[in-house]
Amino acid sequence: MLIPCPHCGTRPVEEFTFLGDATVTRPTSLEPSSMDAWMDYVYLRDNPRGDYTEYVHHSGGCRAWLVVSRNTDTHQVHSAIAAKTMKAKS
Amino acid sequence: MKYSIFSLLKNSLSGHKNWQPAWRSPDPKPEYDIIIVGGGGHGLATAYYLAKEHGLKNIAVLEKSWLGSGNVGRNTTIIRSNYQLPGNNPFYELSMKLWEGLEQDFNFNAMVSQRGVLNLCHTDAQRDAFARRGNAMHLDGVDAELLDTDAVRDMYPYFDYENARFPIKGGLLQRRGGTVRHDAVAWGFARGADMRGVDVIQGCEVQGINIENGKVVGVQTSRGAIKCKKLALCAAGHSSEVARMAGLKLPIESHVLQAFVSEGLKPYIDGVVTFGAGHFYVSQSDKGGLVFGGDLDGYNSYARRGNLPMVEHVVEAGVAMIPAISRVRTLRSWGGVMDMSMDGSPIIDKTSVHGLYLNAGWCYGGFKATPASGFCYAHLIAKDAPHKVATAYRLDRFRRGLMLDEKGQGATPNLH
Repeated sequence: MLIPCPHCGTRPVEEFTFLGDATVTRPTSLEPSSMDAWMDYVYLRDNPRGDYTEYVHHSGGCRAWLVVSRNTDTHQVHSAIAAKTMKAKS
Repeated sequence: MKYSIFSLLKNSLSGHKNWQPAWRSPDPKPEYDIIIVGGGGHGLATAYYLAKEHGLKNIAVLEKSWLGSGNVGRNTTIIRSNYQLPGNNPFYELSMKLWEGLEQDFNFNAMVSQRGVLNLCHTDAQRDAFARRGNAMHLDGVDAELLDTDAVRDMYPYFDYENARFPIKGGLLQRRGGTVRHDAVAWGFARGADMRGVDVIQGCEVQGINIENGKVVGVQTSRGAIKCKKLALCAAGHSSEVARMAGLKLPIESHVLQAFVSEGLKPYIDGVVTFGAGHFYVSQSDKGGLVFGGDLDGYNSYARRGNLPMVEHVVEAGVAMIPAISRVRTLRSWGGVMDMSMDGSPIIDKTSVHGLYLNAGWCYGGFKATPASGFCYAHLIAKDAPHKVATAYRLDRFRRGLMLDEKGQGATPNLH
């Protein structure tokens, strides 16, 4: 599996560390009523078979956080962009 | 037919032409009392114990592919009960006890071999942790021995004891641990269940779950709709996918784990040994191949194959532990899809849908648990109450803060 890092070019998978789903948002509330949202964020996963968007750290390279779009069934990598740019877009 | 020396002799006289298939290939009936989704080790064991222990008959096991095509045929065949946490090890010890009597029980040669499982330690801290784990095992009535370097050297003189980075300081040995012929476990349970009237249906993929008024009423499959009163999910690796059909979101990620086998060698390693530093584990099959494995690849995956960096990593760890195998050629490697739960422990529980049961989240420890998983899951399905050694494997333990986290890694599935 090769990942096209926007800073370093196409690099092999062993340089990267995978964090998980990039489509979920961390809750901000500390109220007890937000328990379900926290439970969902910390412990539950969509775990899709197919296209998946995830945070990936280029830990053995530029050390930038990336958002990688990848297929979990075929291991095909569709795109990798800097997490910063993703945040700026949203 | 009961397998015995007499059946073997009788069939040898007729040139082995009259052996009957070990199980039938029935068409699905329109309705069953209990449907089990997944014809792997755990699903077949569940069906077997439902029939044998609880006298239930109107049961089907639905398998999307062929029997044992999933993780029961893809693991490194190790059995052990050397866990530490209360709520965890009594379950694995029940499994070990069931393994010990399994072949007589289901009349099938599963080649259960209690050749000993040795975990190596490399630091004083790791040795302390092993002593603690061994003591915890003793509290649960399980055998455990803490070995010093010399005792390990007596068993395996050819390990690299003076490795600069990971010297071997001793190990924790469970002599009752060992290996089992994994495919035969699936076949033995399938045959035992079939003989007791369970319909084991291959090539039948569940594509939808029918729920009416919060209660399971049946499934849609590639071979038509089938009604049921109780539905038992048992599809570890793909649990999220099947649970999604019932509107459930699970505390599980699917990850790929690779395993390897070398070319055949003369008898070399007579037990199971794990390298505590690099997470490498190895045993030797009766055919002579070294069977070994390591860590997860580390990314979410439903592909039954991994990537080369992990192949390299595992082989490096192996050679660090046993320099003599550096010239042994790897014959095959393959991957399996693991249900990685958020605390590294499994789930055997009811769900919020009435009549829907869940057996999932086995991480990469599912094979050793096969008999107890089936035994406890059958108990849960038949009696609607958890078996006493499986009360901790609740689906709601994450919400209640009652995690069973042997490694203390938290909700990071790729690190368990």
